[in-house]
Amino acid sequence: MSRSVGVIRFPGTNCDRDVFEAVQMAGLKAEWLWHLDRFEAKKYRALVLPGGFSFGDYLRAGALAARSPVMDSVREAAKSGTPVLGICNGFQILCESHLLPGALVKNESLRFQDEWVDLTVVNAHKAFGSNLKSGASLKLPIAHGEGRFYASEAELKRLWDSGQVWLTYKHNPNGSLQNIAGVMSDDKNVVALMPHPERAMKAWMGSEDGQIIFKTLESIL
Amino acid sequence: MSGIIRVGVKVMPREVILDTQGRAVEHLLKQKQMHVSHCRVGRFVELEFATESEKAALEQAKVIAETVLHNPLIETFELIPMTNGR
Repeated sequence: MSRSVGVIRFPGTNCDRDVFEAVQMAGLKAEWLWHLDRFEAKKYRALVLPGGFSFGDYLRAGALAARSPVMDSVREAAKSGTPVLGICNGFQILCESHLLPGALVKNESLRFQDEWVDLTVVNAHKAFGSNLKSGASLKLPIAHGEGRFYASEAELKRLWDSGQVWLTYKHNPNGSLQNIAGVMSDDKNVVALMPHPERAMKAWMGSEDGQIIFKTLESIL
Repeated sequence: MSGIIRVGVKVMPREVILDTQGRAVEHLLKQKQMHVSHCRVGRFVELEFATESEKAALEQAKVIAETVLHNPLIETFELIPMTNGR
């Protein structure tokens, strides 16, 4: 029996339904997970943390969600090789969980930004969009107030050297250091991006590039 | 003595991080002709511990500040003992 993709919800997550639909559009089964849930490490084909404002962004964006019970299971699943994707607030949660390096801080513009961006694939991820070639372009929308990727200079260098930079902005919208829009963990199981692939699944939405991110999950058994 | 000790945790953005709130407040102060040379905005958290020992309270507060209240990459924190008891 093929395993489903776990979509994790926290109080305040608001892109959950879109992600659930996007997973189904890719021909896969999706299953809800709640912030209080625990699950076995190998239960899911992949896990997705959708965007939103988990716990109202209290303390720091993603800080309270990162310390929720479900994240202990996410950590175990990631360790056992399950691919984990964070989108927007999901990215912030994964950084706060120390599953990803760096932090997301306020946009340089001081504003919430909602616009289309062009991205370059620096290193393809092995599960999410695995058929993308390095140098490929993606068009996806962003919608965030705190999406400026920050890491120390030494850490940034390490990310580039070890192939952990996933995506960069062609035109930096938020002041992210070195135009970084998405990164991967040391072992490359965990990956996240600030743009929203689930909002670019059909031509009428403005782009279909989001499909690429979810479609390649099919090849994971 | 009721055996309550309060510890304040002051969390500030690191200098290398763009302090957007501080910048916005600074702009407003300038508009109001209330001149300051620099303004930074952080967060102050009050923790209460049911203990007689300030040392124990500070130790617990340190763990909480380190693991939850601040993100070492972008923020610094300082523990501030507050008036004992009520």
